[in-house]
This record gives sequence, structure tokens and C-alpha cells, in this order.
Amino acid sequence: MSVAAGQQEPSFRIDMLWTDERYRSLFIQVIAMMAIMLGFAWLVNNAIQNLSDLGKDFDFGFLWQPANYDINQRLIEYTSRDTNARAAVVGILNTLLIAAMGCIAATLLGVIAGVLRLSKNWIVAQLMRVYVEGFRNVPLLIWILLIMAVVNESLPSPRAFRGEDGIEAGAIVLTNRGFYVPAPILDNFGAYIVLVVAALSLIGVFLLRRWSTAYQAKTGELLPPMSNTATIGVASLAGAAGGFILGLLLFGLIATQFSISAPAIFWPAMLASALMGVLVARWAATSLLSGLMIIILVVPTVLVFVVLGSPISLEYPELRGFNFRGGVWMRDSLIALWIALSLYTGAFIAEIVRAGILSVSHGQTEASFALGLRPNRTMNLVILPQALRVIVPPLISQYLNLTKNSSLAIAVGYMDATGTLGGITLNQTGREMECILLLMAFYLTVSLTISSVMNYYNTRVKLVER
Amino acid sequence: MKFTKLAATTAALTMAATAAHAQSTLEAVTERDVLNCGINTGLVGFAYTDENNQWQGFDVALCKAVAAAVFGDPSKVEYVSLTGKTRFTALASGEIDFLSRNTTWTLSRDVDLKLDFQGVNYYDGQGFMVPKSLGVSSALELDGATVCIQTGTTTELNLADYFRANNMTYEPVPIETNAEAQQRYLAEACDVYTTDASGLAATRASFETPDDHTILPEIVSKEPLGPVTRHGDSEWSDIIRWTLNALIIAEEKGITSENVAEMAAMSSDDLDPEVARLLGVDGGYGAMLGLPADWAVQAISSVGNYAEIFDEYLGPQTAVGLERGLNALYTDGGILYAPPFR
Repeated sequence: MSVAAGQQEPSFRIDMLWTDERYRSLFIQVIAMMAIMLGFAWLVNNAIQNLSDLGKDFDFGFLWQPANYDINQRLIEYTSRDTNARAAVVGILNTLLIAAMGCIAATLLGVIAGVLRLSKNWIVAQLMRVYVEGFRNVPLLIWILLIMAVVNESLPSPRAFRGEDGIEAGAIVLTNRGFYVPAPILDNFGAYIVLVVAALSLIGVFLLRRWSTAYQAKTGELLPPMSNTATIGVASLAGAAGGFILGLLLFGLIATQFSISAPAIFWPAMLASALMGVLVARWAATSLLSGLMIIILVVPTVLVFVVLGSPISLEYPELRGFNFRGGVWMRDSLIALWIALSLYTGAFIAEIVRAGILSVSHGQTEASFALGLRPNRTMNLVILPQALRVIVPPLISQYLNLTKNSSLAIAVGYMDATGTLGGITLNQTGREMECILLLMAFYLTVSLTISSVMNYYNTRVKLVER
Repeated sequence: MKFTKLAATTAALTMAATAAHAQSTLEAVTERDVLNCGINTGLVGFAYTDENNQWQGFDVALCKAVAAAVFGDPSKVEYVSLTGKTRFTALASGEIDFLSRNTTWTLSRDVDLKLDFQGVNYYDGQGFMVPKSLGVSSALELDGATVCIQTGTTTELNLADYFRANNMTYEPVPIETNAEAQQRYLAEACDVYTTDASGLAATRASFETPDDHTILPEIVSKEPLGPVTRHGDSEWSDIIRWTLNALIIAEEKGITSENVAEMAAMSSDDLDPEVARLLGVDGGYGAMLGLPADWAVQAISSVGNYAEIFDEYLGPQTAVGLERGLNALYTDGGILYAPPFR
């Protein structure tokens, strides 16, 4: 660091370190750095000294000893005979799961609420305002506990489904121990073929979009729109019929599975699904691109599914013994934590989205209308690219917050990394220092990873300065 | 929340421990003029707040007895309620002087966690409580059940061992405090609640309809519960151990909170020799412990002997309604046995 020595000025005197402003700031920084290092070394030394005074050593050997406790939600194989390290991994995966689910749901909620808060409809705007202010201004822990209490107290326990006069269980079962949904059974070759075809169609859609963008960049032309009245009329009719049939099937399925007989809502439900069909079909018909996208996405997969004779069937939850078995079980703790984290973070994201949209001046919209762009293209090409520049950086910190806030999981007994490594393992082995340090390292790694991924995305959406 | 608390205690441990170790615990307690005693966050019979918002209970009585022995005043106690997770950190960091919170004596806690167990004030075992409507009469019928457990306790490990040994599966629902467990159990979010049998009896006593719930006959573990101190201060440990022993000897010798003052005023010739030593009439036993000569008199007069404490908080006349069982004196068929006071 000694620039002073490196420059070898013949007239250098030692007092120039604090009298000459060429050296002064560097000198002060070196002194400050040394003071910080000394302070840090003192803290570390003190910790080691105190631990040895207490007769405790600093040793990570406990990680390879059997954990001896069970964990309810396991994404990988785990029994109580496995090591503490594996228990920590189970917890880490649970943290990552809730963080991923939370980030996705919070973004969806946030974008919807943020856009709706700008709605010209007074009731919608005010409702969103109540949501945002309500969730932003009450501590997250309270929301988690409240939602957990609602799930626990208001839903029936599995016992209520038992016996002749019990509640009849449908395909989807909501109990106070969590939600059970049917799980797809992927146990044969045909099932994998269907999945592969679906994945390929998805890739096909992306390729088509990229190609059409490149085509437009090269030739200046969009893929031809099919916006003549006849096409739209035909598409609307087809959509209405398709929606009606789909609605009928869905309604029939739900009605039998939940044993609901509700003729009162039959016609409104059919009308709604027909309307949805019309909307989808009209959107599909507005341009060749969106039409092609829908066709690529749906047709091959359905075709393969039918040709192979419905290789994917569903496994339904069944009451066996004390609990439901089969299907996918989302535990009450997962549900409560997920809903609370998404709603809470969603409220912050809503404000970020609103700020982003408001940051783009209205003149931009008017200018693009004047150039003849339709509203959705104005949104996609003019407003969003500019709004995203404002939205993405604070969004990163919301994702980080959500991930870190997921450590409140223990309040509802969700076994995340804090619950296993920083909870039971810490308690049963008494290795506070080691466990807390590992836990900090884990959260630091996850946070830095999220933020570098999002920063990469940010460099792609930010204004390119030339 | 928990994370920050743990981090804070760890930080406190790093910074404050040197200071705490410079003087002995007894000196620190005397200087502070109040005893910091770690207790449960709330368990009927063992540690609960009465209508005057004062801590009461079987474990709390031991805190009072120690305060009476040290200060001659059972009210000089600062109670720190701790969960199963926070208790050892609080003890190791010096936040409390000793722990009286139905804590099981195990090898790893004694050796690896650097704790010292000062005897046993309650011999317990882990049991299971289920609603009668479930129609279960044995723990061996619990395959597939959802079980509420307090996290950070030995019960968590016993449970895993028991189900594995019997080739059964279960769904653990980890919970922080007894109150939370009770709420979950009553909402039927779990089929079974497991903890020490005494804790189950205490919890059931606080239900609106205790008769709808039954405690299964299986006791799946040994749970000797007792007061705990830190490693490294044997003088302080002796005080805790012998306060507990004094209460047990008092029962043996028929010394009660009512007659203790009277007996202490008698001359040593009229007393049983061991009683005379215990009550400070003979010999300098208090001084050996670094306490006033009448320390045991103070302890017994403030909370009573072991039997009085048991009967007041846990006995058949209380809502908890526990029999003495193993916790009777060795002369009455139990295993409660204090070393001789001499």
C-alpha cells in the first residue's frame, strides 16, 4: 500500500504523510484499515478464548454424526439415522422451495395489484390500496401466525372425513393439516414421451418468438395479422364453443369430485367459460404469431397424449389410517408460510410496479399512439422497457427480503434451514457458533446468487447508453 | 426472530463471558442481590403465573428455595422464561444463574453441552396423549399418526427412536412452546401430543374437557428432570444440589414449613442429629457452602419440604393430579434418595 515509498521522491519526509494532501488520505485509510482489522481480530480472538474458557471447542465434526430426529417435509430421502449434514440439506431445500414459490407468487400478486391500483375504477383502486397498506404495515410474523391459525381452526381435520356421516372427500381435499391435490403418475414410458413433447413445444414457442423478432428486425415487417372481420368472427364462434365444452367437462369433473350439486351456478359458469374461450380465441386470431403459439403449445401434446392412450393418470388422496395418503400433500405450515410471504412481499412489489409505470411519462404513450402503435404494443415496446429499468433494482431486494424472511418458518413448524441446522441440530448438539456461522454462510450465498442473477437481468433491461 | 435471538445470545456469549467468569456465580448473585432463574414459558404445575401474575409451580419453588438459602428472601428472584430451544444458550451465556425447567439429564447434555445436573427433582418418562374419540389404546397403534412435539427436547429424539424401533411411521409437527402445542392439538392439527408424562397430565388439566383425552399406558423413555448449572463453578453447583437435597431430607425428617422455625430454635440435644446439622443448630455446614448458617431453615420455611411442594403444585389434590409414584421417598417405595447431611 505504500505508494509513498514507490514514488521515490527525493524530497519525501515522514511528516508529509499527514501534512501533504497527496499522501494524507491514503495514510489515513491505511491507519483506519489497520484499526478495523485489529478490532476484528480482537473479536475473533475473544470468541475463541471464551469458547475455550467454557470448555467448548470449535469443531464441525457433529455434521457427520447421526441427526437422530425426523423431519416432516423432505424433498430428498432422509431418516433419523442420516447425518446432521443431510438434515441441513433437507432444510436448505425446504428454504429454497418456499423462496422460489414465494418469489413467483409475490411477483404475480404484486404486478396485478400494482397495475390495478392505477385503475380508473375507483373501487378496484381502493381495494388494492387497502391490500397494499394492510400488508405493508403489519409485521410479517403476525400474518404468518394469523393464516396458520385460520388454516388450523377453520378447516376440518382428517378425522371429520371418517365414517359414514363424515365429509365426503373429493379430488382436492382441504384439511387443517394441509391441502391434498391429485398427483400425476409418471411411471411408464408413454408419460415421459408426453412430457418431452410438451417441453419441446415450449421450446418451439420460444424459438418462434425469437425468429419473429429477428424477422421484424431484418425486414421491418411483422408476421401478418389476421385482423379481418371474418377471421375474428369465426375465431370467436370457435372459441365460444370450445370454452363451453371445456367448461362443461371441468364443471362435471368438479361437481362429481366435490359432490356439489349446484344448478344455480351452472349457467353462469358455462357463460363465463364460453366468454373466456372467445377472449382466448380472439387474442389468438389477432396475429399469426399468437395463433401459431397456441397451436404449437397445445396440439402436439394433446395429440401424443391421445395417441398413446392417456399414459398419465392421476393419483387421488385417500383417507388411510390417521391421515390422507397419496396425491401431493402441501402441509399447513407450507401453505401458511407461502400465502403470508407472497401477500406480504406482493404488497411491496405492487408499490414498486406502480412506481415503475408512473415513472414513464404519459407523453411516451401519446407519442407511440401518434405513431400508430396499438395499446398492447405500446405497453410492450414503449412503457414496459422503460418501467422495468425502475422496477428491477428494488425488485431484487424484495426477492432477497422474501428469502431471508422465510427463516420465520419455525413459527409454524416449517422445517427450513433455520429449523433444522439452526434449530434442532443446534439444540441437540449445542454447537451454537458452528451452526449459526454455517447458517449465515448459507443465507449469504443464496442472497448473493439471487442478486447476481437479477443484476444480470437488470443489465439486460436497463437503458443502453451509447 | 429466533435467529436474531440466537445470534444475539451468541454475540453476548462472545463478549460477556470473560467478565462473567472473572467472579464466581455466588459472588455475582450476591452483588446483583437477585437470582436469575430460568424456568418454563408456562406449564401448569411446574411453572405458571397465578392470578396475581406471580410465577408459581414445582420448578419455580426450587428457584425460591435457592433465593431463600442465599438471601434469606424467596422473592429475590428474576424469572426468565425459556423455550426448549433457548434454555441452554441462556445458561451458557450467563443470562441465568441456574435452570429449573423440567430438563432431562442426559450424557450428551452433561458432557458435550458442558452442563452440570444437580440431582433429580422429578423422575419422569415420555408418554403420549390422544383424544379418546380416536379409539387408540396403545402407542403401538399410532402408525401413520401426526405427532406434535416440542422442538429442542429429548422427546424429539426419543420419538424418532421409538417409532423406528417399532417400525412405524409418523408425521412430526415441531412446536416451540407447550401453549402452542396445546392449541394445535386441540384444533386436531395433530392426532397425538407427546412430552413428559407429567407435562401431559399438566396440559390435560388445563383443557376445558380433560376427560375427552387419555394418556396412553406406554412410557417410552426415562426422563430424570432436574436443576442445571454451567460447568466450571462447583461451589455454586453445590449450593443448588444441596438446596434440593435439603428439601428432600426435610421430608424424610418430617421438617415442614410450619415446624421448621420451632425446630431451629430448639437446642441440639433435643433434635435428631441430622436435623440439627441441617438446620444449622450444629456445625458450620452453611459456612462450608458459603451461605448463612440458617440457609436450610430459610429454604424450607419459604417453600416447604419436597412433599409440601409436590402436594401443592402436582399432587392428587391439584388439577394436575399426579401420584408420587417413583418420586416418593425410598422409604415409601419410590426412588427419591438424598445423600446424608453430614
